[in-house]
Amino acid sequence: MSRSLLCYGIAFWSGFFVMAIELLGGRLLAPNFGSSIYVWGAIISVFMLALSLGYLAGGRWSLHTPSLTRLSLLLLAAAATALPVLPLTGEPLERLAIAIPDPRFGSLAAATLLFFIPTFFSGMVSPYCVRLIVDGDATSGRRAGQLFFVSTFGSAAGTILTSFYLVLWFDVNDILLSLMGVSALFAALGLFAGRKST
Amino acid sequence: MKRLLLLLLLATAGTAAQAQMSLLHSERSLYREVLVYEEDGTRCMCFTRQCRIGRQSCVDPRNPQRFALNYTRMMLAGTLFASEQPRRILIVGLGGGSLPTALRQLLPEAQIDVVEIDPAVTRVARKFFDFRDGPMLRVSEVDGRVYVKRAARQGKQYDVILLDAFDHEYIPEHLLTKEYLTEVKTLLAPQGVLVANTFSSSKLYDHESTTYASVYGPFYNLKRENRVIVARLGSLPTEEELLARANRYQAALKTYGVDSAALLTLFSRRVDWDASARVLTDQYSPANLLNR
Repeated sequence: MSRSLLCYGIAFWSGFFVMAIELLGGRLLAPNFGSSIYVWGAIISVFMLALSLGYLAGGRWSLHTPSLTRLSLLLLAAAATALPVLPLTGEPLERLAIAIPDPRFGSLAAATLLFFIPTFFSGMVSPYCVRLIVDGDATSGRRAGQLFFVSTFGSAAGTILTSFYLVLWFDVNDILLSLMGVSALFAALGLFAGRKST
Repeated sequence: MKRLLLLLLLATAGTAAQAQMSLLHSERSLYREVLVYEEDGTRCMCFTRQCRIGRQSCVDPRNPQRFALNYTRMMLAGTLFASEQPRRILIVGLGGGSLPTALRQLLPEAQIDVVEIDPAVTRVARKFFDFRDGPMLRVSEVDGRVYVKRAARQGKQYDVILLDAFDHEYIPEHLLTKEYLTEVKTLLAPQGVLVANTFSSSKLYDHESTTYASVYGPFYNLKRENRVIVARLGSLPTEEELLARANRYQAALKTYGVDSAALLTLFSRRVDWDASARVLTDQYSPANLLNR
């Protein structure tokens, strides 16, 4: 019971994490690329592409000895690979903007550099969770539906909390670090529960 | 019941007034709907259907030189009174183009660069507001922040920079941070003047004031419906200096419906904001959330 509950919790948080980062991504790119519609287009495209490939990879990885421990490592990987976002947003983005003067492709390159890898790992979480919670053919669709529900609900929560409140209260970098901190916390819980169950 | 009647009356009065306001043109751009209304002989560019509060730019087509909006008068006064014969001018945000057009006429020697992100705004300004760009008045269609960063890398310098990229209901938040204003400052020549159209109410007023002060030090404030900030590198112009230029431009400004003496009285150095308000930065810039 606690194992699947943790799976849902991790899927919820992963959804929250992705959308919070995506929204803050607009903030991080604006100083060098502006906030035109194509900057948002670039950010959303990169997130969608990374998620879609992450889904594929996550489903595939779930074929080999799936475990709560490995799921937790995915969450940890997403948080750890989001860490370089902080130092990269300063001078490196400025140099990228100089190298690619067209702000459409400049922002596309910047969004890829900053967000592709952590979002790819985040995308792996959902299908991997499905593998852990499905307990039979008959209920598999229902389980998958519940999983999509918590994950997308988490995304909605991450979007509204970040855009309505978090940016009003905190610095962008502090929000990013806190998001990674919560990811690490969920991962630690998962690792602990995973070790106990084996 | 009485209140209901009153409401009904007000509502019908509202629609009657709306009816006199005719829509000349509307076009959807990447960013917004650009609308042109005409009412009582005044033509205005608006970004919302509630045109009375959201006027970007207005002209009287029979008397196109006349400035119809207070904030444009204040910005013109800020430019002319605080600087000595500017030769290079940058304007971020075009609107109907009344400011660049007037500056082009008043300062024929000056090279004026305008940055406008929305090609539809430029198109509408040319078609309905008699905006004429050319070699001495160039428009770049690019994000203001991107333009400023590039210009700084190219070592460009301006004698006056006018910031007018806001709308009453949406602020591009990356254009209201300490970092952006610092980048703008690097484009200013020694004794260069900054003239910024900003907000005069809401919590944002305090934050905006401390943000400008953190980069430019003390500045002049001109307040009506909007607030215009006038700052200068080195030192602020003295009152005598302002007065001398106000007198010099008095006759010329009359043709624009601008009263030099009245505008001069608006220049104030009083700190009427909460000086402890948090400075807006690239890390902390909830300008739209604060502007309520």
